[in-house]
Amino acid sequence: MKLITVNFLACAVKGCKTAPASYPLHFQDAELELQELEFQPNFILNIIPRIDWDGLRVMANELGFPTIPDTKPEGDALKDEQILRDLHRVLLETQVVEGKLCCGNCGHEYTIKEGIANFLLPSHLGPTTPIKKSPGLLLTKPLALSLN
Amino acid sequence: MTSAGVPLQTDCSQPHRDDAAYEEENVHEVYQQIANHFSATRYKPWPIVERFLKDLEPGAVGLDVGCGNGKYLTVNQDVFIVASDRSENLARIAQEHQPHSTIMADILNLPHPESFFDFAISIAVVHHLSTLDRRVQAIREILRTLKPATADSPGGKALIYVWALEQKSSRRGWDKGDQQDVMVPWILKGTHSVDTPPNEPKVFHRYYHLYEASELARDINTAGGSVLEAGYDKDNWWAIASRTDPKSL
Repeated sequence: MKLITVNFLACAVKGCKTAPASYPLHFQDAELELQELEFQPNFILNIIPRIDWDGLRVMANELGFPTIPDTKPEGDALKDEQILRDLHRVLLETQVVEGKLCCGNCGHEYTIKEGIANFLLPSHLGPTTPIKKSPGLLLTKPLALSLN
Repeated sequence: MTSAGVPLQTDCSQPHRDDAAYEEENVHEVYQQIANHFSATRYKPWPIVERFLKDLEPGAVGLDVGCGNGKYLTVNQDVFIVASDRSENLARIAQEHQPHSTIMADILNLPHPESFFDFAISIAVVHHLSTLDRRVQAIREILRTLKPATADSPGGKALIYVWALEQKSSRRGWDKGDQQDVMVPWILKGTHSVDTPPNEPKVFHRYYHLYEASELARDINTAGGSVLEAGYDKDNWWAIASRTDPKSL
């Protein structure tokens, strides 16, 4: 999972949506990996306006990235290729391979395994979460099928 | 030539089924099993989805809810998409498409900030939810993530596709008046499954709710959205929707 993703994630628990502490999610035991991607300055320039800078700063501090400017680059700073390259590296090239993302509001931990973060909630947190087969289940048995 | 859909047997004397468990068995588990084969057959983007994605402004940020193998992630490289699917196997296949990202999530509990995104697509997903209430909730959950309209901006837009009941000329042959809740077979040939002898086809059944004319618009309205554009395209109903009133979600 690319680090930029965290900027667009919040806790999946309904009650957390309006709680300011549910954003951004916080990394725990994050194992990072660099995956090189072609540098596209225009992509970074276009995406900067959509980045929540405070959220990005929180994440960068927690992971120990020193290269994120204190404030969102504007004006001449956007012409500085090094700034754009640093952002490209952090946002798009840095992958979280293993670890957890935690909600600062409810404390729920979401596991990241082999680069995929799992936001499916256990049944007590999301009433809509699947429960394995239960005996009382009304299952439908298909009638004879004509297959093609 | 065949009509392969099977109406669901319903028995009103039975206790109400657990909808989430039902979908786990008849949708999610099936996609886990057929992920590779399913993905190999899904590579061509549908033109209306392609147009929707290509018309986005560079730098737009959006969601692909129920991304499957991620075939729409390749359409526009100038936007950023957080794609999600319930199936880990499909999410892993989708993950390879740059510059985007893929996660595992449930359409009814999306892990995204509210009122933020420029766009969302959910293609052939909402029809897998097994009650009206859950389908409306799913649409509401997508709308909730969209940027509300303001004086200077039209707000975020969502493109939703569902399978149509009216598809008389299709291989399935369903039409108006037929059962809307059906089990649809997926035939897996070869040795993809561990508990089947080699080369013996294995049949999986997925649950679908087939949408009838104007039903998608009705569900979108109930969910607090308004339809900006809608149509019928190759056995599917589609609609582009925005949020009507942020407070109603």
